[in-house]
Amino acid sequence: MKVLTLNFLTCAVKACKSSSDSFPLHPKDCELVSDELEVNSALLTNVLTRVDWKALTTTAAELGFPTLPATPPTPEELAGDEKMLKELHTLLMETQINEGKLVCGHCGHEYAVKEGIANFLLPNHLV
Amino acid sequence: MEYMIRFSQSHETFRLAEIEALAVLEGIKFQVTSYSASSPFCFFKTTSEDAAIRLVKRSILAKCVYEVWGTGLDYEALHENVVVTSQNVWAQYKTQTFKFFMDTFQGSRSIAEQRELIEEFRYLGFTGPVRMKKPEQEFCILEHWPFENVSGECPKPSAIHLGRYLGGSERDAIQKYDLKKRKYISTTSMDSELALVTANLTLASPGKLFYDPFVGTGSFPIACAHFGAIAWGSDIDGRSIRGKGKTNLYANFEQYDLKNEFGDSFVADLTNTPLRATTLFDGIVCDPPYGVREGLKVLGSRDPTKGKEIVYQDGIAHHLQAGYIPPKRPYSFLAMLDDILDFAALSLVPNGRLSFWMPTSNDQDEEIHAPTHPCLEMKSICTQSFNRWSRRLITYRRIPDSEVVASIARNRTPKGDGVSADDLNPFRKRYFEGFRPS
Repeated sequence: MKVLTLNFLTCAVKACKSSSDSFPLHPKDCELVSDELEVNSALLTNVLTRVDWKALTTTAAELGFPTLPATPPTPEELAGDEKMLKELHTLLMETQINEGKLVCGHCGHEYAVKEGIANFLLPNHLV
Repeated sequence: MEYMIRFSQSHETFRLAEIEALAVLEGIKFQVTSYSASSPFCFFKTTSEDAAIRLVKRSILAKCVYEVWGTGLDYEALHENVVVTSQNVWAQYKTQTFKFFMDTFQGSRSIAEQRELIEEFRYLGFTGPVRMKKPEQEFCILEHWPFENVSGECPKPSAIHLGRYLGGSERDAIQKYDLKKRKYISTTSMDSELALVTANLTLASPGKLFYDPFVGTGSFPIACAHFGAIAWGSDIDGRSIRGKGKTNLYANFEQYDLKNEFGDSFVADLTNTPLRATTLFDGIVCDPPYGVREGLKVLGSRDPTKGKEIVYQDGIAHHLQAGYIPPKRPYSFLAMLDDILDFAALSLVPNGRLSFWMPTSNDQDEEIHAPTHPCLEMKSICTQSFNRWSRRLITYRRIPDSEVVASIARNRTPKGDGVSADDLNPFRKRYFEGFRPS
């Protein structure tokens, strides 16, 4: 699962949605893999307005990536900055969680990631 | 001059809807001057030759586009009209390499006849060499024969047009993505032609983010990725995503060299979605299970009183053990459609699009109406008819918040309190009854 996808996801439990602790989910015991992909600047520009930057900063730190700037680049800044594009591309698109768990900071529920596919199905008592 | 799209004579109700979507995508203004579902020739006006080419180049249901040089009910009228319509441009093409060919709809012409008909255009005065391969200009004589011509007894076509070929379409993609040649499919994979049309209707294009909440084997994400969109997909059934060994959803992206356009796939239930409730996607495409080939299920137990406490086995919570499969219950198809609309209203960017397929009985009394939402404007309804039922592709546009009329109330179908699949899904019930009068 890509780091970008992780930024789109929160805890699936309805009672957790209102809590700020349920997002982002925290990677636990994660095995990371990297897949080499082409830089897609149109996508990254589009993605900037949809990514929660604060959460991305947290995730990057938890996965051991260098600290991100405090605020996201503007589309203009991004377009002129090859290095920034490449770094964001590496973090958001190329880095993937292959095995591990994603933990909700509110209810503590753990979602398993197996072979890159995360499972968000809930047991009956959480539906 | 006027232009003409040569459509494929199939999926008639999808054809104009697709072109209208492509006009939005390309920012082209066009006006249809003559079109009928029974004809593959659609005449239209637009701002330039370039606009006409761009309008059709991504189309799946169009074959190509022509500049119209003349039209008539018989050859005499056609030749007269060609002179009136196009004489002023003949000189431009006088010395270019060219070829003529024929397109006979519902009819046929022998090579000798074709040659004779083509020779009659010698008055155009082209002196350039004829080239069958890659000429600079291609001219087509398009004949429309009457439908009654099936056994070949009609003496002549009912209309004839002369067109200068401008450009082709994306129709070859149908073969490229043919399910017969795809590595990983299932019983509910969408055929490549309709999946690609769906991607066009939702305006899939480079750099956009797309999502299919009932991804299955990935028919729609593949089609959207073909047009450059990055596609995410989820499914309540993880087996469909994982497949077996190396035959899985991702293998399809690899097969078509679309790894760069693959977003992600994850296992989730739309009624308990883990996606953040905010604008994430430019397009949502799906074919939700109708409950016929594939059951429509969501998380939860059939018995609402059951299972609200954690189950322990040998002191360990059951749901934390490896191989645990959460219980699922049947769900109402109409309620699911409403859920999809609610989800799309939350998740689509302004002017983003939602397309989904829904079945309905062909009997008017049992027709299932397309659901509505105050934040979603219905753009098109396309119908593919089978014997007793049809399926429809419904496309909506997310109205920007500033334009949403607040006074329109959200009308949800009551969820129904049935527990069996038949109680919850009238279409499924009637399907298995063979749509016989009850």
